[in-house]
Amino acid sequence: MEKAIKRYFPIFALPTIAAFTLGFIVPFLMGIYLSFCEFTTITDTKFVGLKNYIRIFSDPTFLHALWFTALFTVVSVLTINVFAFIIAMLLTKGIKGTNFFRTVFFMPNLIGGIVLGYIWQILLNGILANFGRTLTYSGTYGFWGLIVLMNWQQIGYMMIIYIAGIQNVPGELIEAAKIDGATNWQVLKNVTIPMVMPSITICSFLTLTNSFKLFDQNLALTAGEPSNSSQMVALNIFETFYTRTGWEGAGQAKAVIFFIIVAAIAMAQNRMTRSKEVQQ
Amino acid sequence: MAKNADNQVSAVRKAKHGWVLTLFFSVLTVFYIYPIFLVLINAFKKKGFITKEPFALPSERSFFALKNFVNGIEKTNFFAAVGNSVIITVGSVLVIVICTSMCAWYITRVKNKLTSTVYTLCLFSMIVPFQMVMFSLSKLANMMRLSNPIGIIVVYLGFGAGLAVFMFCGFVKSIPLEIEEAAMIDGCTPIQTFFQVVFPIMKPTTITVSILQAMWIWNDYLLPYLVLDLKKYKTVPIVIQYLKGGYGAVDWGTMMAMLVLAIIPIIIFYIACQKYIIEGVVAGAVKG
Repeated sequence: MEKAIKRYFPIFALPTIAAFTLGFIVPFLMGIYLSFCEFTTITDTKFVGLKNYIRIFSDPTFLHALWFTALFTVVSVLTINVFAFIIAMLLTKGIKGTNFFRTVFFMPNLIGGIVLGYIWQILLNGILANFGRTLTYSGTYGFWGLIVLMNWQQIGYMMIIYIAGIQNVPGELIEAAKIDGATNWQVLKNVTIPMVMPSITICSFLTLTNSFKLFDQNLALTAGEPSNSSQMVALNIFETFYTRTGWEGAGQAKAVIFFIIVAAIAMAQNRMTRSKEVQQ
Repeated sequence: MAKNADNQVSAVRKAKHGWVLTLFFSVLTVFYIYPIFLVLINAFKKKGFITKEPFALPSERSFFALKNFVNGIEKTNFFAAVGNSVIITVGSVLVIVICTSMCAWYITRVKNKLTSTVYTLCLFSMIVPFQMVMFSLSKLANMMRLSNPIGIIVVYLGFGAGLAVFMFCGFVKSIPLEIEEAAMIDGCTPIQTFFQVVFPIMKPTTITVSILQAMWIWNDYLLPYLVLDLKKYKTVPIVIQYLKGGYGAVDWGTMMAMLVLAIIPIIIFYIACQKYIIEGVVAGAVKG
C-alpha cells in the first residue's frame, strides 16, 4: 500500500509542504541570517556579525520589556490557573446551571485581543477616573490592567480543560480516600491534583506561552504607554522593526532571542510538569 | 460511570450547599458579562459622554441613536472588512483542513527521511513565535504578490500547517491500516481511499482543527496587518485598531459601535456551535 500512496506525493503532500516552506521554513532561516545583517528590506543585506546582538543589550527598552514580560507571565500563569482550577472544582459538583455558567465563562476567548483591549480600556479607565488616574498613568497600571484582562479572557478556556480532567478522576479513588479518613483538603492534595496533572501540564503550558507572546492585548490596552513602561517583548520587537529606522537588524536579533527564550521555557515547563504526572 | 459514583458520594452535601454556589456563580456571571454590556450601552451615547460618564445608561442628553454605527460603518467601510475577514477565515480553514489532512495521511503512511523531517519541523514550528518570521514572511509574501485576501490563504496554510498536521497525524496513527487496505484491494485509488474512507473517519479532528484555526485566523491582527495591502483590504481587527489614530483623534463613539458589531457575529456563532467549540477545545488541548 505504501508504494501505491507514495506516487501521489504531488497531490497529497506537496501543497502543504510548499506552503510550509514558504510560510515558515524560509522566513525562519532568513530570520536567523538577517539577525546578523544590516538591512532595510530582505534584498539589500550586509553582513555585520554580532553587532545587532551587542546593540540590543544596550537598549534599555528591550531589557525593560523582557523584565515586564517575565513578571507578567509569572503573575498571569498563577492567577489564571488557580482561579480556573477553583471554578472547575466548583462547577463539577453538579449544581444547577452548570452548563450555562460554563458557556458564559468560556465566551471571552472567542473575542480577539484587539477588541478585548478596547473593551477593557473603556471599563478600567472609567473606574480609574474616580481616582483621577488612567491606565497609562504608569507602567504598574498597565501591568495590572493586562492581568485583569488576561484573567477574564483565559480563565474560561483553562476551566474547560480542568473540568474535563476532574471528570476523569475515578470516583472510587475519592471514595476510598474518604473511607480511609482523608479530609477534603487531603483528597484534593493527594488524589485530585496528582490525577489532573496532565491538565495542569497543558494549562500551564498554554497560559505560559500565551502570556509570554502576548501582543494584541498589549497594543490595544496601553500600546506600551507611558513611554514604553508597559511594553511587552512582542510589541517591543514590532516597534523596533517598524518605527525605528536603521534598527531592523536589531529587531530581528531581538526576535531570535525571543524565540530562544520561548523555546527554552516551553521545553523546561514540559519536562518539569510531565515528571509530576502519575500513571492512571 | 466514574462521574456517577462521584455524584453519589457528594449527593448529600450537594443538596445543602448547591444554592450557595449557584448564587455565587450568578454574581460572577454578571461580572463576566458586564464589560460587554458596558460597550453596548456606550455605543448609543454621544462621544463626549463616553469618557466622562462611561457607567451611566444613555439618557436623553447623551443618547445618540444609531449615529455612532452609521458614522463608524461609513468611516471604516466596515462591511468590506467583514467580507474580507469572512473570505480569509473560511478560505484558510477550508484549505488548511483539506491540505493538511491529506499531507498528514501521506506522511504517516509513507515512511522515509523526508516525511519524518516534515513531521519534526511541524512540531518545531509550533513553538516559534510569530515575531521570529514576521519581517521576512511579510516581505516574501509581498514579493510573491500574496498581499490580497486570496493570497494570504497560502500564508495561513504555511504558518498554520504545524499544529494542523500534528493533530491530524495523531489521529491517522489510530486508524487501523486494514480499513484502508480493504478499500485499496477493492480497487480504490489512494485519492478515493482518502476522501471516501479516511477523511470521513477523521471528522472529530477536522472539527477541532477547524475551530482552533478559525478562532485564531478571525481574530488575528498582526499577520494580515503586515501581509495585506492595507489601502485595499482590511480585516475586522485591523479596522478596529485603525479607529485609534488611523483617522486622527480617537472617536470613542464609533469605536464602541464598531466593537459591538465585531462582537455580535462571534456571539451568535458561539451560541449556535458552542457544543462543538467546547468539545473541540478540550480535544485540541489534550492532543496538543
